[in-house]
Amino acid sequence: MSETPHIDIDYVAKLARINLTNDEKAKFSNQLDSILGYIEKLNELNTDEVEPTAHPHEVFNVWQEDVVKSEMSVEKALSNAPKQRQNMVVVPKVVE
Amino acid sequence: MSQELYYKTASELSELLEKGEVSSVELTQSVIDRTKSVDDRVRAFNSFDEADALFQAEASDKRRSENGALGPLDGIPVGIKDVLAVDGQPLTCSSKILENFVSPYDATCIQKLKQQGAVLWGRLNMDEFAMGSSTENSAMGLTSNPWNLDCVPGGSSGGSAAAVAAGETILALGSDTGGSIRQPASYCGIVGLKPTYGRVSRYGLAAFASSLDQVGPMGRSVADVAILLQGIAGHDERDSTSYDSETRSYLESMNSLEGKKWKLGLPKEYFANVSDPSAMEPIEKAVEFYKNLGCEIQEVSLPHTEYAVATYYIIATAEASSNLARYDGIRYTHRAEKFDDKDSVDIYCQSRAEGFGEEVKRRVILGTYVLSSGYYDAYYLKAQKTRTLIRQDFLNAFEEVDALLTPTSPGPAFKKGTKSDDPLEMYLSDIFTISANLAGIPGLSLPCGYSDGMPIGLQILGKPFKEEELLAIAQEFEDAHDYKNQHPNL
Repeated sequence: MSETPHIDIDYVAKLARINLTNDEKAKFSNQLDSILGYIEKLNELNTDEVEPTAHPHEVFNVWQEDVVKSEMSVEKALSNAPKQRQNMVVVPKVVE
Repeated sequence: MSQELYYKTASELSELLEKGEVSSVELTQSVIDRTKSVDDRVRAFNSFDEADALFQAEASDKRRSENGALGPLDGIPVGIKDVLAVDGQPLTCSSKILENFVSPYDATCIQKLKQQGAVLWGRLNMDEFAMGSSTENSAMGLTSNPWNLDCVPGGSSGGSAAAVAAGETILALGSDTGGSIRQPASYCGIVGLKPTYGRVSRYGLAAFASSLDQVGPMGRSVADVAILLQGIAGHDERDSTSYDSETRSYLESMNSLEGKKWKLGLPKEYFANVSDPSAMEPIEKAVEFYKNLGCEIQEVSLPHTEYAVATYYIIATAEASSNLARYDGIRYTHRAEKFDDKDSVDIYCQSRAEGFGEEVKRRVILGTYVLSSGYYDAYYLKAQKTRTLIRQDFLNAFEEVDALLTPTSPGPAFKKGTKSDDPLEMYLSDIFTISANLAGIPGLSLPCGYSDGMPIGLQILGKPFKEEELLAIAQEFEDAHDYKNQHPNL
């Protein structure tokens, strides 16, 4: 982490796939910088020898037989798509 | 028997139903009427389907008279936080991006409740995608605290807590990622339990932060919460993080522990952090109560407490940024009509800009940042390591004591609008609850008194998979006090 953390809001908003207005950019930029400043607190801790925790109770290698169970119909699976036709989601053309 | 049906507990109602003194249709109608008379002020519900609830109630009565009930939940209305999938019902997460979404399947906990005959009742308001502590981040409107309509109900399960407190349902399901069951339960004067991570299947729970999320019960008594936990707990092969452990009868094991002289710890870091001394009085009296009961009270230390909020907001936002990537405008309800078709990703960016509210945008951007190239080790990995230290603090404390007593929140419910402009201050109001999610341990909030007429909650934190101990400890206090029979004036 750097001395004064600062978010490049245009870059990160693009990565997050969210268009922001100029007002939102200004507001979030300030707020996120202050949150990052608060988070810097973690640098006080030496965690070199500490294992990371991904899940609180370790469960490893959960296997299941590779068989189809409780299928959902195509109609149902597509029922929430904003546009659909002939059992497919309709999307804008992206290649010429 | 003088009390209205809608304010009776599930345990009482279950007996009345069994004796034939009340029918599920009468009970459900009472809850519906109550909702119609108060919900214009409380606004706990995003939507409800009266005819569907009565249909379920009729089926319950018929079943009972023909073959007997399916268990203690048969015929009892259970309100559902608008984050859990119920086949054929709307699921909005209080977000515009899902405003027209209809669930195509049942969450596992919902499937279990259906198998036990519970009457699934309505869709309860919440902070959008469960991100918030006041239900003010809902795109569906503000929910009020039934004890004071100018105050927030807490969050994110604010609709669930308010509906239970106002008698608009008998029981409710909430979800808790950083305190979202316990803090609103505390603010609304009801009982709420976040189970051990893995105790309840997350299948069909719209994901916020998958390593922290847990579904849990909310009700007006400890026994009611035990009954509802019983109804939803257990291993599920559709959630590989659900834990394969025996599911016992929580009510029975809770009762079998009655009178035990518990060793209870007071984490000194939690008591050093209190800003509102009047809110601490009921907590101190509750500690005194346990001491007089013969329990051994001792101070314990959770030395990494001060790092919990920072750790939580890295892990929760990182996981959220990944989980919420699915809302892309392609597969789920909201798609922007106008976008830059020369930029192949603008349809995502614009759909999400229109569909997400401010707090969700802020957190997704923060989460994206902490996971982005060059920052992963400094933020996410660092937070995961700190999480290990925080979890170890609890395991060390539980070597010395059976459970911990703390305030659920630094103070009572605050007025609407007072914290919504300062996200960091709002985050800090979760300081007593988030560590339990990081450590994966169970936590319960229990009404223990009032500050200026607003309810205060005592939080009891326990060992992993020892929910019955928390319930038994809470039951001792509830039995000796009258809070479960005290309701807001609406």
